[in-house]
Amino acid sequence: MKIKYYPGCTLKSKAKNFEDAAIASLKELDIELEEIDRWNCCGVVYSLADDDLIHMVAPVRNLIRVKEQGGDKVVILCSMCYNTLSRANLLMKEDEEKRNTINSFMDEEIDYSGEVKVLHLLTFLKEEVGWDNLREKVSNPLKGLKVAPYYGCTLQRPREVGIEPLGSFELMTEFLEALGADVVKFSAADLCCGSYQVVGNEGVVLDASAKILNIADSEKVEALATSCPLCEFNLGKRQGLLMEEKKIKKEIPTFYFTQLLAVALGIDPEVCRFDLNASASLELLKTRNYS
Amino acid sequence: MPVKITPKTVNTDFIKKLEELSGQNIHLCMQCGTCSASCPMSENMEFTPRKVMHLAQFGLEEGLEDVNTCKVCASCHSCTVRCPRGIDIARVMEALRQMILRKNINFVEPSKIPAETIKELPPIALIAGFRKLTS
Amino acid sequence: MAEKSSKQAPRVATGDRAILPEGASTIPVYVMGKKYEVPESLTIMKAMEFVGFKFIRGAGCRGGICGACPTVYRKAGDYKIYFGLACQTVVEPDMFLAQIPFYPANRAKFDMETIEPTAEAIHALYPELFRCVACNSCTKACPMDVDVLGYISAMKQGNIAKAAEISFDCIQCGLCASRCMGELPQYHIGQLARRVYARYIQPKADHLRKRVEEINSGKYDKMLEDLVAMSKEELEKHYTEREREPDLASPGEWKPQDTQYL
Repeated sequence: MKIKYYPGCTLKSKAKNFEDAAIASLKELDIELEEIDRWNCCGVVYSLADDDLIHMVAPVRNLIRVKEQGGDKVVILCSMCYNTLSRANLLMKEDEEKRNTINSFMDEEIDYSGEVKVLHLLTFLKEEVGWDNLREKVSNPLKGLKVAPYYGCTLQRPREVGIEPLGSFELMTEFLEALGADVVKFSAADLCCGSYQVVGNEGVVLDASAKILNIADSEKVEALATSCPLCEFNLGKRQGLLMEEKKIKKEIPTFYFTQLLAVALGIDPEVCRFDLNASASLELLKTRNYS
Repeated sequence: MPVKITPKTVNTDFIKKLEELSGQNIHLCMQCGTCSASCPMSENMEFTPRKVMHLAQFGLEEGLEDVNTCKVCASCHSCTVRCPRGIDIARVMEALRQMILRKNINFVEPSKIPAETIKELPPIALIAGFRKLTS
Repeated sequence: MAEKSSKQAPRVATGDRAILPEGASTIPVYVMGKKYEVPESLTIMKAMEFVGFKFIRGAGCRGGICGACPTVYRKAGDYKIYFGLACQTVVEPDMFLAQIPFYPANRAKFDMETIEPTAEAIHALYPELFRCVACNSCTKACPMDVDVLGYISAMKQGNIAKAAEISFDCIQCGLCASRCMGELPQYHIGQLARRVYARYIQPKADHLRKRVEEINSGKYDKMLEDLVAMSKEELEKHYTEREREPDLASPGEWKPQDTQYL
């Protein structure tokens, strides 16, 4: 089976590990991610000002690409891209006036009115593969690994585009259970890591991220599963700095959920590019003999 | 910091603009403080979201321009999903940000960020950061 | 320069020696708001010269490749902005035009010898890249039909090779930068991508390296010295009697009689 796929900028560079692990894992599940042609950056954050339609153009243009390339669904891995495209899609479907303005602004493109269905990979896996099927394909179960699902902000908020209702973390929990992991109930699963403020207010982000990691430590979490390259940066890559500044006591490995999928499916760890994760991530896999 | 409110300090144009840009009725706010309690960044804010909503209701544009609340907000929507009055507070914060940014003021200067920092940050951080913090 | 030889139409020699045929008609165009009657079928540049403009700036190769004469125009009754090179675009009736010979866009300082051949290095020189909103105004403005948004997107995605390839036809006219919401200097970013690609990423042509080595080793010195020593007559004879590869010879099929330099 083939499915249209929107990667997003960061998955092509700093988060290549996120993408490569997904492509290899889905191949194992007989699914081909078909990258849409001529996609552009979605803009990452959805515009919240009522009159600011220009920032809708980037996500809508990508949805137009899916439509003109014959797709009725598009799968997204990055939770921020997922959020932005979903919300733009909803706007195009529901707000006639804004839809007309946006369509007439993009006079070089075909008209769009929300025809494409935007899916996060976790939703797609549940609907198209199913957790039982996935469990059967797992050859290297992550037995004994105490993983917590970390959703961050954009997988659940706002409600209208959330992959599941607020406060419920079933989707990733069931996914991780299917991989054989011991899923830890994590009280900071939807706490914000500070997001883009790393550009303007680094200190604030260090505090916000440290808070999440300290909660993880106190709840005996061994590893965090994420779906967002920005969370991965703030919570994963910055752990060295957080240790240095004594804001956290212990490093907690972070993984993209697709990397854990690849490991459980027995895919060569080389493919998962663990070199792009923070160092603690690879060490954990080695000590547990998963890789 | 004591804030003085008189009929003269109430800027109704500001309230109108804020409501237009955010699409929210800020007078629905009943000052319960759920937003401030939900906000992961409130410890680093000069005024909590609740206080900002209160000042906004009184149209105190100048007072609001000087506090860092909307500049520190990470648009995580924790306040929005929890507000018992159904106010999309993230949109109010965006409107406050936009009202400053649209005066051609930047909160961060892309050309002044050290090269090493840019090389280290993932594109997702720079794109989102510039979108929210530059005019 | 206009020479009236018929009743209806001017018989003119334009800047480029083209003589208009008898009966050729004129059309109205508006240059910076002022109306002029110009012979149809001229390019914008020739039409402007026809009415008396003299190009001190904004004219270069006159062949559509140097990027010095970007022009913005509108047509009567049409909201769209059109773009073209003055030396290539033919005038149309009721065209409203102005030239934009230069548009300020900062070019980052870098040293080609020491620059890291990575996307991050380019990002660090042009962080404004990340302010692109994908409005596509750049692509619409490009007189060379370059997919400007395409190469900016590729560069954002860290794909130098793709950015270099898509931006290859860019002639650095600057119209993209003049239309950019995010205030990007697109054409400088594309140029840097092409330079980094060519210098560090593109596979090197092995035959070129060999030939440079041969030249440096002095293999062709004697040939040049012989040519320099010839008289004018000898040189002319040598030229007219030179051996030529047949026009349609397939590669490797033909060889000259004198093979000492092969």
